[in-house]
Amino acid sequence: MSTTTDTQTQSATEATASGTPIVRVSVPQRSMRSELRAIKIVWRRELIRYRADRLRMVTTLVQPFLFLFVLGSGLQSVAAAGTHGVNLKTFIYPGILCIAVMFTAMFSAASIVWDREFGFLREMMVAPVRRSSIVIGKCFGGASVACIQGIVIIAIGPLVHVPYNVVLILEVFFLQLLLAFSITAFGVMVAARIKQMQSFMGVMQMIVTPMFFISGALFPVAGLATWLAILNRLDPLTYAVDPMRRAVFSHINVSHAAQQALNSGVTWFGWRVPTALEIAMIVILGLVMLGVAIWEFSATD
Amino acid sequence: MTSPATNGASAPAISVRDLVKNFGEVRAVRGVNFEVAMGEVFGFLGPNGAGKTTTINMLCTLATPTSGQAAVAGHDVATERDDVRRNIGLVFQDPTLDGYLTAAQNLQLHAELYGVQSDLVQARMRQVMEMVGLWDRKDSVVGTFSGGMRRRLEIARGLMHSPRVLFLDEPTIGLDPQTRRSIWTYIRELKEREEITIFMTTHYMDEAEWCDRIAIMDHGEIVALDSPGALKAGIGTDRVTIHTDDNDAAIAALQRQFEIEAKVSEGAVTFGVPAGEEFVPRLFAEFEMPIRSVSVSRPTLDDVFMSYTGTTIRDAEEDQSKHRNRVMMQMMTGGRR
Repeated sequence: MSTTTDTQTQSATEATASGTPIVRVSVPQRSMRSELRAIKIVWRRELIRYRADRLRMVTTLVQPFLFLFVLGSGLQSVAAAGTHGVNLKTFIYPGILCIAVMFTAMFSAASIVWDREFGFLREMMVAPVRRSSIVIGKCFGGASVACIQGIVIIAIGPLVHVPYNVVLILEVFFLQLLLAFSITAFGVMVAARIKQMQSFMGVMQMIVTPMFFISGALFPVAGLATWLAILNRLDPLTYAVDPMRRAVFSHINVSHAAQQALNSGVTWFGWRVPTALEIAMIVILGLVMLGVAIWEFSATD
Repeated sequence: MTSPATNGASAPAISVRDLVKNFGEVRAVRGVNFEVAMGEVFGFLGPNGAGKTTTINMLCTLATPTSGQAAVAGHDVATERDDVRRNIGLVFQDPTLDGYLTAAQNLQLHAELYGVQSDLVQARMRQVMEMVGLWDRKDSVVGTFSGGMRRRLEIARGLMHSPRVLFLDEPTIGLDPQTRRSIWTYIRELKEREEITIFMTTHYMDEAEWCDRIAIMDHGEIVALDSPGALKAGIGTDRVTIHTDDNDAAIAALQRQFEIEAKVSEGAVTFGVPAGEEFVPRLFAEFEMPIRSVSVSRPTLDDVFMSYTGTTIRDAEEDQSKHRNRVMMQMMTGGRR
């Protein structure tokens, strides 16, 4: 055999000498079960990576906390006149519940660009499973990670005068899950086309930041200037922030006047858009983007 | 002569007919034909940019052929992609491990993606990791591994699902000589232990010697295909180098006495003869000039490559990198204007 003193080689030769029987496995035909297994492992990988990346847990929380505590406290005195006694932090809290999962979901989607840069995407792409399983696993993974981050924001509710309430927590969690899924799908769709990390983050920033500002996460959507009202109604995120705010406001004690001023809801030509429709829009949009993402990844060689 | 490792009756592991791949104007692969028998170690040899990786990508279903056919493990690479993928293992030129996961997690993920029977995953994982000597590092995060360890882990991963054909694209590139040698030990051992066909590309001449057969690729075409021994024998001549006191006189004398065309290279007279060992005694007996020293060398794969492509593999690569540098300089300086 080889004359190398490499210990690895020696141990390998010993294994042969001892004559261990070969464990032979086989790869089954593609089936629903194998696709589900692929989805599950891609999803699990996202969670394992998230757990390994402690820095990311902290960094993605910085922005929501800044908005909530710095902006919320800093503008309190200016805003006091218009909030009818509601603390500004309480008012923007639903918006913060949304952006917390948004930014995390965005980072999760970004990992597909990393995977491409570091070659791991190729390992997944050559596996004998549908590309759609990879994309779906990725989106579930991103949504799960984002929801774990969202739980942190849910947990700090009492700090901004939003009490713990099982129904509210479930409602918020459910909405966060849908939003996180849709945003991840959006990110994965963009990541299919953009091969470089810097450009990806740039594009996402360029799209997500205006979406966040226009959505009404930080201001009431009633009585806006016409141009802003139009943009606001066109912004998909508006329809995630609104149900979130309705959920939170239905569980806190505020005056009727405050409800009117702060939680008037999104209207189309005077018609108040029902929550069910808003949620349906987020889900449908998410599914459409997921479909585009799958199509894009399936089309690439 | 070709010498497939197993009996010739079995279906070929890989068969390729008139395979072509164009990238726009660039004709990367220009109609190649070959067959690889089951159990063979088959090498693709050529400089960077010869079309080796493009060919391997087509065989692995990562690129669609522009025209022509290729079948791997009996399945067409264009129409039966899934069946091909189930039967092949891949080790890419660039690393494709997840550096955040442990070695075991990387292999587990691979097994799940390929649908390996759950109850066999652990045993198989242990087997392939022991083979490349990484079992004791299974719970280490891959990000902490050296280049050689990563490559070994990639080979282990490529074997996780017991593929029938293992593709290795430049498996030893960028590794130190000792690691290269140990990787070759694994590959040879692998061939003995598992019923597997190995298809690899390399641009190291010395590594091509390990293959059962090699195809020399240049400018998108296969210019020679045979066992390393047969390719070298095919050159037909051994190289004889003699030192004399007067090289010009020696060349003239060789021409006059033996009708041999000799030339001066690195201060010595060299020439090719069909059977070097048999010629040397004759030379000493009959040559009219004193000879200070003589050496006979068998042709190397470098000579083979040289005879088929008219250049050494190193020169072919230097030409390319010079060209690349020139293009890069033009891009940086805004082009020649």
